[in-house]
Amino acid sequence: MKKMLAAATLALSMSTSGLAFAEPLKIGMITTLSGGGAGLGIDTRDGFMLAIKNSGNKDITVVTEDDAQKPELAVQIADKMIQSDQVDILTGIVWSNLLMAVAPSAVAQGKFYVSTNAAPAALAGANCNKLYFNAAYQNDNLHEAMGEYANRAYKKMFILAPNYPAGKDSLTGFKRYYKGELAAEVYTQVGQTDYAAEIAQMRASGADGIFVFLPGGMGIAFMKQFAQSGVNIPVMGPGFSFSQDVLPAIGDAALGAKASGQWAPDFDNEASKKFLADFQKEYNRLPSIYAVQAYDAAQLILSAAAKASVKDADAFGAELKKADIQSPRGNFKFNINQHPIQDIYLTEVIKKDGVLTNKTVEKIFTDHGDAYAKDCKI
Amino acid sequence: MTVALALEQLLNGLQLGVMLFLMAAGLTLIFGVMGLINLAHGSLYMVGAFACAATAAWTGSFWIGLVASLIAAAAAGAIVELVVIRRLYDRDHLDQVLATFALILMFSEGMRWLFGSFPLYLDIPPLLQGAVPLPGGTEYPVYRLAIIAAGALVAFGLYLLISGTRLGMRIRAGESDREMIGALGVDIRTLYTVVFALGAALAGFAGAMVGAIQSVQVGMGEPVLILAFVVIVIGGIGSIKGALLGALLVGVTDTMGRFLLPKLMALFVPPAQAGMIGGAAASMLIYIVMAVILAVKPRGLFPAAHA
Repeated sequence: MKKMLAAATLALSMSTSGLAFAEPLKIGMITTLSGGGAGLGIDTRDGFMLAIKNSGNKDITVVTEDDAQKPELAVQIADKMIQSDQVDILTGIVWSNLLMAVAPSAVAQGKFYVSTNAAPAALAGANCNKLYFNAAYQNDNLHEAMGEYANRAYKKMFILAPNYPAGKDSLTGFKRYYKGELAAEVYTQVGQTDYAAEIAQMRASGADGIFVFLPGGMGIAFMKQFAQSGVNIPVMGPGFSFSQDVLPAIGDAALGAKASGQWAPDFDNEASKKFLADFQKEYNRLPSIYAVQAYDAAQLILSAAAKASVKDADAFGAELKKADIQSPRGNFKFNINQHPIQDIYLTEVIKKDGVLTNKTVEKIFTDHGDAYAKDCKI
Repeated sequence: MTVALALEQLLNGLQLGVMLFLMAAGLTLIFGVMGLINLAHGSLYMVGAFACAATAAWTGSFWIGLVASLIAAAAAGAIVELVVIRRLYDRDHLDQVLATFALILMFSEGMRWLFGSFPLYLDIPPLLQGAVPLPGGTEYPVYRLAIIAAGALVAFGLYLLISGTRLGMRIRAGESDREMIGALGVDIRTLYTVVFALGAALAGFAGAMVGAIQSVQVGMGEPVLILAFVVIVIGGIGSIKGALLGALLVGVTDTMGRFLLPKLMALFVPPAQAGMIGGAAASMLIYIVMAVILAVKPRGLFPAAHA
């Protein structure tokens, strides 16, 4: 009798989970597909869609729209996706200023937001939300790792970032771990294309190391101009500055640059090898870290959708938080503020078979969380 | 702050100014002669950069790419003039702005369709690689010096063209009185196409030169376009001389502002905040300069005669 009851319970639980799996789930992806930041958004979309495609899950639909890297446009799209498309989950935003315009209001309307990249400090601490998950990192993380690395060999650092939320998080993160002297702390305009004035200051500053956080086209312009300047100071940065989306355009000027990342194409684990092979087969190029982050975000959503209904926010959130996925990054779990706890590595730009890519040098942080989680009360 | 650093920043300002001049010259020429506001000028800059990058990747030579950029931008300019712009001369400025804004979107998506969304690779030719020593013990990139030289040559060439040739005479006549020059039997339609193509070629040339030290990507023209508009408003719309002086003024002001304002702020607030406030103030500086100049001289430094 007992056995039968157990079997019946098991059957019942299987049927309910089967039901949850079969329930349609609609995901709204808002990302940058035009303009200078399009490379980042395209990698985000492609990484995300790769995981959805691999899952073979027919109950999931993804609506994708281009935010053109404009906050006001992102807000309009989010409103439309929530009100007329009736999506259950929003995702895909690359830039922190856009995320700040969209995510808080989306979660206030009861929708999940799973971030594939942007992770401003404002949403990681006291203002964390049980519907807001970040599959990438907390903005400060990769910069913290470079601060830790800079301690080893550098005494006087020149640090530079664009003047927007992620730029401020960047330098804050760097300074949280870096203990040496600062030659200068410079903020540039978002989208700036000429760095001659800043490079001249670097030359005159007497710094022994340079840390730059310049994602997308800004990094390309900076590295090319720096290479021509005759300044011989080592340049380092977070992974975004030397990510796969910009390396081909920077060219050999990037060779040898040190950066930090949660993933590099040479990672030696099964999930990473499979991801790399699938991505190259599908899109015929190397993935950037944006692609990995989006791939994991999709994996997380799939893992939760397999076990709970998205209409039951508590259950779905609990399943998301378990982070029951095989991440190409290796170790991956969620902190109390629903941002990742993961390993962060030092990488170096190399040329392999004529293609510029990042090679893992060593692990800087193991199971690294963020400084804001302690203020989060979920 | 040393003399060497100040000198280097001054050169940086000059170089930015020269670059802006190449953009602004075409813009102001087109406005002066045809009375047309061309928002798509930044797209022609992008066309030049993409043409140079694609040709350089194909042939392995930056110089062939540079020639290709001139041809591609001039051709794109001529085609756009014949197909679209020609219909806009008699319309008011709002219609022109709308139509040329549509052109921006078409050019951007067209480039994405042709070349993809990832930035292209374009490197400096070996001849202009590296840096040379400057007095005061600092070094300066050869390529930036080459840009200054190229810009100066173009400015001189434009001066010769406009003051010493028949085409220049017609351009000046067109600026002074559009109807009269037509009535005197000059083929005004061809003149417009030629001027538009010339302006486009200058923009394409600027795009190719700058593309080698920046990111060749879709949408690269719009930030420069805004600065170019500031330049021609400061210089006086329609005036090449005004464009040159306006460009140098904007270039030097912008560079010096980015360099000096954070230092100035650091006297009052902690360095991290000084960087942020100074950086934000520096990005406003050229607009403040523009406002001041317009308050004193509402039609710019060198207002064109007919306007």
